[in-house]
Amino acid sequence: MEVARYWRTTGQRYQLVGEVCPNCNNKIFPPRDVCPACEKEAKTPFAFSGQGEVYSYSTIHAAPQGFEKYAPYTVALVRLKEGPLITAQLTDVDEEEVKVGMPVEMVTRVLREDGERGMLVYGYKFRPVLPVSNDAPKATAEPARMPEPAMSVTAVPVTTHAVVA
Amino acid sequence: MRDVSIIGIGQTKVGEHWDKSLRELGFYALDAAMKNAQVEKLDAMYVGNMLSGELTAQEHIGALIADFAGLRGIEAVKVEAACGSGGAALRLGYTAVAGGLHDFVACIGVEKMTDQQGGTVTSGLATAADADYEALHGLSFVSINALLMRRYMHEHGYKKNDFANFAINAHANAINNPYAMFPSPISARAFAEAKPIADPINLLDSSPIADGAACVILAPTSIAKEFTDKPIRVKATAIATDTVAVHDRRDPLYLEGGAISAQKAYAMAGVGPNDVDLFEVHDAFTIMSALSLEASGFAPRGGGIRLALDGEIGIGGRIPITTMGGLKARGHPVGATGMYQIVEVAQQLREEAGANQVKNARLGMAQNIGGSGATVVTTILERI
Repeated sequence: MEVARYWRTTGQRYQLVGEVCPNCNNKIFPPRDVCPACEKEAKTPFAFSGQGEVYSYSTIHAAPQGFEKYAPYTVALVRLKEGPLITAQLTDVDEEEVKVGMPVEMVTRVLREDGERGMLVYGYKFRPVLPVSNDAPKATAEPARMPEPAMSVTAVPVTTHAVVA
Repeated sequence: MRDVSIIGIGQTKVGEHWDKSLRELGFYALDAAMKNAQVEKLDAMYVGNMLSGELTAQEHIGALIADFAGLRGIEAVKVEAACGSGGAALRLGYTAVAGGLHDFVACIGVEKMTDQQGGTVTSGLATAADADYEALHGLSFVSINALLMRRYMHEHGYKKNDFANFAINAHANAINNPYAMFPSPISARAFAEAKPIADPINLLDSSPIADGAACVILAPTSIAKEFTDKPIRVKATAIATDTVAVHDRRDPLYLEGGAISAQKAYAMAGVGPNDVDLFEVHDAFTIMSALSLEASGFAPRGGGIRLALDGEIGIGGRIPITTMGGLKARGHPVGATGMYQIVEVAQQLREEAGANQVKNARLGMAQNIGGSGATVVTTILERI
């Protein structure tokens, strides 16, 4: 079990906490402390909305170790509303329905389990935005959002940086 | 800086070598190259390898192979850059000879993959990707390439079967390579009907898991003629990097590392893509052939696949690629692949490529890609 490894990225995996560059306002996910756009230091935590659209996708038939029992499953590159691409699984969707450009939103799901007695690893997946009303993506976006980062959320990325650095 | 040449080459057949261990494979290729170069002593050895620890529980293979080959005492280290390890080993050997530190250097690529089952190998290969932000989410290495292929089809308007000629060409060339894993042709129909691995990538888009080792011996060009009639000059070698995770790239469909390393190599060699007579691309998947051709200046964005569709990649075509079968049909023992590419380009330039000989080949290039483009090694060789 790699408890510390999973623990130090809980802010990213549970609440999509990345960073915003104080110099050029570029939104960064995953956090990397140096802005890839302007190469200045960027350590200000920023919680992403979880809204985005499918940039590309693939259905995996031959899965890596630990994921065999989930196959086939669909993975995607998702373009987040705030800019960055993110790699994640799609969920609650029929693979036949997936299209490039499809609006999706973040949900929290089990990513994997380390055996019967092992740890459950939770993280983000993306599902199609549920059609509710005319302006569905925005209307559903707000209730589905994680609460604004409080103490616990901001504390995690800070710890992460200390460990990584 | 000293001018550097290849004075000997060696390789094992690529395949499932149940009866041979990693150290034996490495030694056989080294022994063949040393005999080919007629040298009995070496100053140093750089061993390109990706997965010896993951798949054979053995690291420290520089010392291991040096000792096994009866060369105890020499400088010997492993070089790791995922699937780009072989090309990176050549680069380090080159710097040692060019810089005057060593005169006789072996650059080996070796990989032993078939001791493990599929899921373990798939996980091992995924270590070339971002562990926390790609592999943790269940992405296999194949699926990362599949994401690129799907997007390429979307942006440039191609269909899945448009990629077929990359695989068909590779298999056609492998028929005449005694070291190839799959020396057999495939049809367009077989390609269309192959079983999916990570949609849209199917079995015949993909290079096979394999064991194998290849080796070249480097020496200063000034003394190369004492050892071989056909020294092959290392005209340029360049490594460039990009983000490990595809989602961090400025444009996932542009191999920036490939473009930078190709430009550095062209500048070092004083040549351009039009001067290159053959190009060993890193066709781990058909999409990578297209992206590599584009990044290296052989085609515009979205045009790499056109070279395959228009029949320009065959032995007599405008830019012959995968002339001995490529990763697809020669086989892809990951850390060894870059060295197979170098050996095959050298075979072509020495006019030892048999039925696959590219006529009047003077300048050959190889591009070895680690991961989905995070490390790219471009090497240009020249017949002297």
